Amino acid sequence: MTVKIYIPRDAAAVALGAEKVAKAVAETIAARGLEATIIRNGSRGMHWLEPLVEVETAEGRVAYGPVKARDVGSLLDAGLLDGGDHALCLGKTEEIPFLKQQTRLTFARCGITDPLSLDDYQAHGGLAGLRNAIAMAPEAIVAQVTESGLRGRGGAGFPTGIKWKTVLEAAGTRKYIVCNADEGDSGTFADRMIMEGDPFVLIEGMAIAGIATGATKGFIYTRSEYPHAIAAMAEAIEIARKAGVLGASVLGSGKAFDMEVRTGAGAYVCGEETALLNSLEGKRGIVRAKPPLPAHKGLFDCPTVINNVISLASVPVIMDKGATFYRDFGMGRSRGTIPIQIAGNVKHAGLFETAFGLALGEIIDHIGGGTASGRPVKAVQVGGPLGAYFPRALFDTPFDYEAFAARDGLIGHAGIVVFDDTVDMLHQARFAMEFCAVESCGKCTPCRIGSTRGVEVADKIAAGIEPEKNRELLADLCNTMKFGSLCALGGFTPYPVMSAMTHFPDDFQPAPRVEAAE
Amino acid sequence: MNIHQPRADIAETTLAIVEELKGLEGPLLPILHELQEEFGYVPQECLPVIARELNLSRAEVYGVMTFYHDFREHPAGRHVLKLCRAEACQSMGGDQLAERAKRLLGIDFHETTPDGAVTLEPVYCLGLCSCAPSAMLDGEVHARVDAADLEALVQEARR
Repeated sequence: MTVKIYIPRDAAAVALGAEKVAKAVAETIAARGLEATIIRNGSRGMHWLEPLVEVETAEGRVAYGPVKARDVGSLLDAGLLDGGDHALCLGKTEEIPFLKQQTRLTFARCGITDPLSLDDYQAHGGLAGLRNAIAMAPEAIVAQVTESGLRGRGGAGFPTGIKWKTVLEAAGTRKYIVCNADEGDSGTFADRMIMEGDPFVLIEGMAIAGIATGATKGFIYTRSEYPHAIAAMAEAIEIARKAGVLGASVLGSGKAFDMEVRTGAGAYVCGEETALLNSLEGKRGIVRAKPPLPAHKGLFDCPTVINNVISLASVPVIMDKGATFYRDFGMGRSRGTIPIQIAGNVKHAGLFETAFGLALGEIIDHIGGGTASGRPVKAVQVGGPLGAYFPRALFDTPFDYEAFAARDGLIGHAGIVVFDDTVDMLHQARFAMEFCAVESCGKCTPCRIGSTRGVEVADKIAAGIEPEKNRELLADLCNTMKFGSLCALGGFTPYPVMSAMTHFPDDFQPAPRVEAAE
Repeated sequence: MNIHQPRADIAETTLAIVEELKGLEGPLLPILHELQEEFGYVPQECLPVIARELNLSRAEVYGVMTFYHDFREHPAGRHVLKLCRAEACQSMGGDQLAERAKRLLGIDFHETTPDGAVTLEPVYCLGLCSCAPSAMLDGEVHARVDAADLEALVQEARR
């Protein structure tokens, strides 16, 4: 058996030079007449160590990182193929604290397996959930997902099982499973990582959803900014189809389910579920008024399950290990695990899957290791561009849907962006409005017009023009947008704006401008 | 590749692409993507062909095309440099990097250098937020881009 060397194909690793490393390893091994197989795995999620090269040894996998192409020669000199010691050696991968402290259920295989090997997938527990589901009545599958306590990981936190039940009970000869992979929130990359690192788990989750609700066709709607994920998903779907996991008879069950990947075109608002459905239909990504709910009248007016990538990718483990196993993790009404994405100005950035309930400060200071710049943390934005900015004073907030809501925040898709003390919160508030103006679909007035006026008001505050009056105006505008907008884009833009103004009032008190003397 | 030759066969090529994809459920976005892949932008001449074949009005097709940031009405430069402008990249100096790129290229966002070499575009998140700031040059991703990396990217694009 030849030695296996793992070099990630994840976009983050590639962006940090993984292709060059893989090429250098292949060439150097060949030149030295060594025997080894290179496997392009997903990322382990420790992005400050990427490209993270691993070698399989009798004692387990040994990690090296961050590896540059120029390190390859010295790594092989040091006995890389036997897990030899080197300045870049991190010891056994599983023993690295960042990884060891995690509870990996959804991301159990990500970074471990070859993402495009169905055999590897099955050797690591893959398809067990789907096999169980096939043997069950649709109502029983839906009940198991409901009992697990799984809630929508896209941000809304709606119970997945309830959604599925509605579609199961909806009348219709044609139903759809739509996977919302339009992961446009800054600070989030969990969907991208799972699609690139373990695409079969998403396919399996969608197939289970199809069998549970009577849907026969699935769409993954993802972003044009994610070319690596698109390629991995398309290839995995092809492999699954050839192996009979997808098609006219899923794993020989006699039940049909097939799917395809669709690419968005740079519109953030298409992450909103009804805009996404319009986009899939080939229309402008304009938000639809609800009701009717997509579960009743969704894609092409058919009953449609629309779930986030992580919701769907969490289903296989629930169907494999049971509802109780999953719901035993977590706190309150937030059950199971959540892949927290730690990003921005932070030392140990990456993906950390853990049970709900960890305190925000624990995540930032201990797991994340503080800022990358070494300066104090001033603010963290949780939940993407529509999430609130939290100051250190709120770092005791546990990572839980309700706990964040109680403090006028949201966990959203569980992305955290860390800022050091050089950040100007008025500037960030202005950006939130600017982003909303750029990305608004234009259907409702509070979002379309409010965001543009918001930018102007923020500019007036920055210029010292009637700051008191304009701060009041900004708060009033936020109130209108929050309660008057049709969807979360306009409705949640007030979160970053108001939280910035509430928690960082000093940044909204610029010194009155003195007229320049000519 | 972003090499643009004036093409006489736009309507013909469009028809072939539409024929190939019109069987899909909701084929308009896949068609527009394929046209942009083929031509580097979506030429005006495509629109009546799509409208006729999909039984839509030209206004509907135009409306869809212009709604999405990705679809271009005009050819881009030979290379497209996208810089992430979102929060995670801002936290790591993305704004300063963007200003630097504008200075180096002598253009603003959404503009192309006079020699037709580079188009500079903003992008709101490449999903590389854990290794910010990030950029994409002709579909290739780059992370933790510092001033020197940016200069190298610009040099490469300028060639």
